[in-house]
Amino acid sequence: MSSILTCNNLSKSFGNKKALNNINLNLERGRIIGLLGPNGSGKSTFIKLCNDLLTPTSGELQIGGNAPGIETKRIVSYLPERTYLNDWMKVSEIIQMFQDFYPDFNVEKAYDMLKRLSINPSERIKTLSKGTKEKVQLILVMSREAQLYLLDEPIGGVDPAARDYILDTILGNYQENATIIISTHLISDIEQILDDIIFLQNGQVVLTKTVDEIRDENGKSVDTLFREVFKC
Amino acid sequence: MSWDLKTDRPIYSQLIEQIEIKICSGIFAPGSKLPSVRELAQEAAVNPNTMQKALSMLEEDGLLYTNRTSGRFITEDAKMIEQAKHKLAQDQISEFLEKMKSLGFGKTETLSIISTMLEEAKK
Repeated sequence: MSSILTCNNLSKSFGNKKALNNINLNLERGRIIGLLGPNGSGKSTFIKLCNDLLTPTSGELQIGGNAPGIETKRIVSYLPERTYLNDWMKVSEIIQMFQDFYPDFNVEKAYDMLKRLSINPSERIKTLSKGTKEKVQLILVMSREAQLYLLDEPIGGVDPAARDYILDTILGNYQENATIIISTHLISDIEQILDDIIFLQNGQVVLTKTVDEIRDENGKSVDTLFREVFKC
Repeated sequence: MSWDLKTDRPIYSQLIEQIEIKICSGIFAPGSKLPSVRELAQEAAVNPNTMQKALSMLEEDGLLYTNRTSGRFITEDAKMIEQAKHKLAQDQISEFLEKMKSLGFGKTETLSIISTMLEEAKK
């Protein structure tokens, strides 16, 4: 199977601070990957590079054979770390907008998920709580039939019960051949659904392994290992 | 039907164990059809690839079989299920014996405690 995302010696600097330093990765299709690292390790920078929101200082990044740009946006569904939806719009209007924007947007799926989370489509975004806004945003992202999902902190702001539902939504809605990259530090909540993990530290990849390899070799959970590796 | 997964052991091996238990206890009846990988993965809240791996290994052991057109089924071989049950029992007991040993109980002591408790349970 061909890889969905590759990077060669990818670096990104802000002034003389190196946010990402010589990253080499080759991510396969059909995997759920955890991008894990302490604050300031470069997780969001990496995800922004993948979305063409930042440009690499040096090195190369390709998604489905193309550098980030119009072509890759077609196949990448991105959940940013903060909400960007227009406050005055109704949920249903936003769904309409996504449908116009993305040919791979599945409207039925979106309404189905709204119903399961009992979110009223005719409500305006500004009347929704912070957690509900995040849920709406995740529904929009997961309703696309994309090849790569980039989720930046998808479960940060929601309560544990909704967290379970969100993980369930992620598991139930991604395409078999699609890859999901989840950046988070809430490791124990998500490690059960991950295939592989990438540990980032100071802009460098310090470990890439499968979750079961880690448990097999170390006899401990990814969460415990993370706490050891990144002990302050 | 709940799935209780620990964090310090590989997930696939725990899934194998739990499916074995479900087969032995009859929750998954012999000869019946297994839910799809996706459904099972969602129910256990694990990655479908991991569930797939567990099911393939159970298939290798012969507890499951695949009918190419209609899905995955539980074996009808009662003897094989009996064997799996036996193996699970042995695992449980050796784990228990380990614990008793670490508490400082010898074999005969352990055995006498068990028989006393069984006697009392009878009454």
